[in-house]
Amino acid sequence: MLALIGRRLLIAIPTLFLVSLFVFALQRALPGDPFLVIAGEERDPEVIARLRQIYRLDDPIVVQFFAWLGQVIQGDFGRSLRTGEPVLGLIIQKLGVTFQLAVASMLVAVGIGIPAGIIAARRKDTLADYSASAVALFGLSVPHFWLGIMLILLVSVELRWLPASGFESIFSDPRAAIERMIMPAFVLGGGLAASLMRHTRSAMLEVLQSDYVRTARAKGLAEDAVINRHALRNALVPIITLSTILFGELLAGAVLTEQVFTIPGFGKLIVDAVFNRDYGVVQGVVLCTAIGFIVMNLLADVLYILVNPRLRDG
Amino acid sequence: MGAMTIRATGANLQGRGSLRKLLRSRSARIGGVIVLAFVAMALLAPLLPLADPLKSNFLAIRKPPSELYWFGTDELGRDQVSRLVFGAQASLLAGIISVAIALAVGVPIGLIAGWYGGWVDVVISRVTEALLACPFLILAIALAAVLGPSLTNAMIAIGLSFAPILIRLVRGQVLAIKNEEFVDGARAIGGGKLYILFRHVAPNTLSPIIVQSTLFMAQAIVLEAALSFLGLGQQPPSPSWGQMLNVAKNFMEQAPWMSVAPGVAIFLAVLGFNLLGDGLRDALDPKES
Amino acid sequence: MKRIVLLASAALLGLAALPAQAQSPSTLRIGLQEDPDMLDPHKARTFVGRIVFMGLCDRLVDIDPELKIIPRLATQWSFSADGLTLTMKLRTDAKFHDGEIFNAEAAKANIERAMTLPDSLRKSELASVESVSAPDPATLVFKLKRPDATLLAQLTDRAGMMLSPKSLGPDITAKPICSGPYQFVERVQNDRIVLEKFKGHWEADKYQFDRIVYRAIPDTTVRLANLRAGELDMLERLAPTDVKSAQGDKNLKVQSTANLGYQGITINTNHGDAANQPMGKDKRVRQALSLSIDRKVLSQVVFEGLYAPMNQPFNPGNQYLSAALPVPERDVAKAKALLKEAGQSKVSVELFVTNNPVDAQLGQVIQAMAQEAGIDIQIRSSEFASQLRDQQQGKFQMSRIGWSGRIDPDGNIHPFVTTKGNQNDGKYSNAEVDKLLDEARTIYDVAERKKRYDAAQKILQDELPIVYLYNQTVFFALRSNIQGFVINPDGMIRLSGLKRS
Repeated sequence: MLALIGRRLLIAIPTLFLVSLFVFALQRALPGDPFLVIAGEERDPEVIARLRQIYRLDDPIVVQFFAWLGQVIQGDFGRSLRTGEPVLGLIIQKLGVTFQLAVASMLVAVGIGIPAGIIAARRKDTLADYSASAVALFGLSVPHFWLGIMLILLVSVELRWLPASGFESIFSDPRAAIERMIMPAFVLGGGLAASLMRHTRSAMLEVLQSDYVRTARAKGLAEDAVINRHALRNALVPIITLSTILFGELLAGAVLTEQVFTIPGFGKLIVDAVFNRDYGVVQGVVLCTAIGFIVMNLLADVLYILVNPRLRDG
Repeated sequence: MGAMTIRATGANLQGRGSLRKLLRSRSARIGGVIVLAFVAMALLAPLLPLADPLKSNFLAIRKPPSELYWFGTDELGRDQVSRLVFGAQASLLAGIISVAIALAVGVPIGLIAGWYGGWVDVVISRVTEALLACPFLILAIALAAVLGPSLTNAMIAIGLSFAPILIRLVRGQVLAIKNEEFVDGARAIGGGKLYILFRHVAPNTLSPIIVQSTLFMAQAIVLEAALSFLGLGQQPPSPSWGQMLNVAKNFMEQAPWMSVAPGVAIFLAVLGFNLLGDGLRDALDPKES
Repeated sequence: MKRIVLLASAALLGLAALPAQAQSPSTLRIGLQEDPDMLDPHKARTFVGRIVFMGLCDRLVDIDPELKIIPRLATQWSFSADGLTLTMKLRTDAKFHDGEIFNAEAAKANIERAMTLPDSLRKSELASVESVSAPDPATLVFKLKRPDATLLAQLTDRAGMMLSPKSLGPDITAKPICSGPYQFVERVQNDRIVLEKFKGHWEADKYQFDRIVYRAIPDTTVRLANLRAGELDMLERLAPTDVKSAQGDKNLKVQSTANLGYQGITINTNHGDAANQPMGKDKRVRQALSLSIDRKVLSQVVFEGLYAPMNQPFNPGNQYLSAALPVPERDVAKAKALLKEAGQSKVSVELFVTNNPVDAQLGQVIQAMAQEAGIDIQIRSSEFASQLRDQQQGKFQMSRIGWSGRIDPDGNIHPFVTTKGNQNDGKYSNAEVDKLLDEARTIYDVAERKKRYDAAQKILQDELPIVYLYNQTVFFALRSNIQGFVINPDGMIRLSGLKRS
């Protein structure tokens, strides 16, 4: 187990190096000069020249890359070109925001997806199954940013039930936080609920047809007991793995949702940074997302081994 | 590995059996009809008796749906029906071209990585993993921004961001097939390495690639819309559904019809490809039903 | 399964039971269109940043709604007879948020920082200043290199804002310490900036609210929805398309004024190869373009007719507007005749626009109008950063661009059309225009100055390096219970006197 984790962590190092190299190259290829934007409406040539010097943008790109990498290893991610704030502080601040959104969405996804999948599997080929599958298909096919706009239009602009945008931390003002979180969590979690439902359904179906469930039934166990004690537990194995992977995707998938609902999280930070050519922020954010992605994958593997009795015992 | 013998004897038999299965699948039938309607709409757009999608009419700005304008008019008084129909071209094009780019890049690299193994595989796998670790949409946004906002560049960006997923998929397939009997058989007869790769191994990776490509089509349509929505895809005056939404969100209150129609269109097209993809998976891949 | 249903209903009940945290009545929440940039007045560049500085930082002087310069930290001022010395008397009762006293030494340190900081954006605004001195704590003296009629106007804005001299370090932008009526509490990037009342301010009794929260909400519809829902008390830059519905809402009120800037098309007349085409080379083709555009219809189509058609770089009502140059009516026949005279039956030209929906719509309206006169416009849209870059490098034929405006007329015209102007991207060059505009900025007398601007404009209107289109009216929307908002053409929100009834 520890050996596995160790090996995976070692492999992660070159991957992260490649990610940062890639991002670095990509953003330097972006057209447009960040300093033309930063230098303000006046665009004083003298100021622009000084700024380029301060941020070492006239150095060879290789020098720039290793200078940046050296700082990152020391925990210094640099400062935002746009606001002058330290990038690391920004990332930590935004991570909390997106994390809250991700958890809320995950609750929606798991809360709807798994029960719906179980029901659909137990009542295979009934109306319940068909409607659950149809709703899941809807969730998979509807463009989320559009769903968000429609919700704002209906719930906020027309009915005025919920605030149209913004963010509040669950710890500072729980009610305001939940009011603002309902729509984005539904939009972001809905799509995930759809894929969770479909996976749960097929995993359950497979388990329900397996020998040991048939044996359990033959022994005369009540159907609920069969489901709860035997089938569910085994079906959960692939679902847990999937959920952790989905969680990683969720962090990235928050990009458009945050844009639509004006949530000051990770996704909005990076989209704005790309548009403003805020190099330091783009680098820092992508690197952190990649780390998060790798960690989640590792976690998924570990969970898989822990939950899967066959692998654990064998 | 029940399918192995069939695979070994040739792709034809498998194809015919799968086709029958595909036609029996309800979701594939519904999906197929939607996709066909969508493709027909895109291809026949210039022949249909529609208003010019680029012709503005400053006297009919943001008119609600009526007998004359079924889906209303947009911010320049253009007919939403004809913009929707012509917008299908952008979506279809985005779907086809970006998937083609993904296939052209991903399949050969995946084949090479899986077949040759060794350091080639290690390098390709590390790079692929690095690409997969970057958030997908961010990758597409950054690429679209690097290349400059246009429909063509959005398609390239989407295609390139799909490629690593395909590389991983194809590589896995090749690894699974590499040591099977029929490949050994081909080796025993004395086939060259490249010959075996393309004559025997590549055809057997087809089914998952077809399924994945259909699902990619659905995703590509959504992504094109998303990039256009952010201003990085189709540029005005040419219509695309995402670009229509991008404009429409400024008129949510005054002209809600502007945002309803393109969204429904995207939804239907994506639904069609998803249904078709599901049907194809059931028909081609008995393991994953 | 039942357990899950139970859990869900319990969660819903829990939500209903949560107390609604009442917004304190003395918090004013303002919706901004963008997230401000650096909160250091010497490094800041955005319009919304200036709005926040209005609460955070005091300036040496201010303007009233008629653009007259009025006292702030400086109570009186005078120029020497030769126009080369500006002497200011300063308040003695002003304090910084860290408790330090504001005096002439502090002002001197700030002006010097603005002039010398490597990445200061205020250098060109203070270019005429030779040196500053503080002969006594209440007197500040500027020595000038040349008479400068624009200097006072510059000091009403960021160049005249005062930071606590003790705080001038690298972290100032994270926690700015100024002397304004409100002090910095926190900032959440892309979301909000929170200020609280500074009790030690010399005019503290004029500020009713204890807290100011500036929230960045870029989407206009969403910003308005937040105002309607009572999540905001006021917002800046209400979209013209939303004005009617906001006016119809009895809980809201709308206030408006002309903006100080201009909106137009910059044409590349002289910058590299891209200028080598009829639009760049022949003024008659540019005149035809200007005549082909119906500025009234353009405003109606894109801005509900709420933006005033314009053909000069100054705002409607400005004292420097030239009466001899009225906004031209559309005249397609004349435009065609001009093209014919220039030997062109069909002109093809590229127009750069920023890739946002409003600019795209604007571009398409111009395209449709010019088409009828025989000018075939291809629209090329890109992100703002790329547009600026290409424009500065001369890789453009025409570019749709606007200017947020300056209080002094010089800032709206000199940098754009004089040969060495920082923002003269089309490299237009005319010795006579240079001479007139260089002179105008050194003359303190309004009537004398205006003569220069009128003469320069006569040439510019003939040669048209910039085709001005319209003036962007500034709309503010407020909850009806917010009283005392004084609207100013600079589009700022001054917090003095604002209260909730």
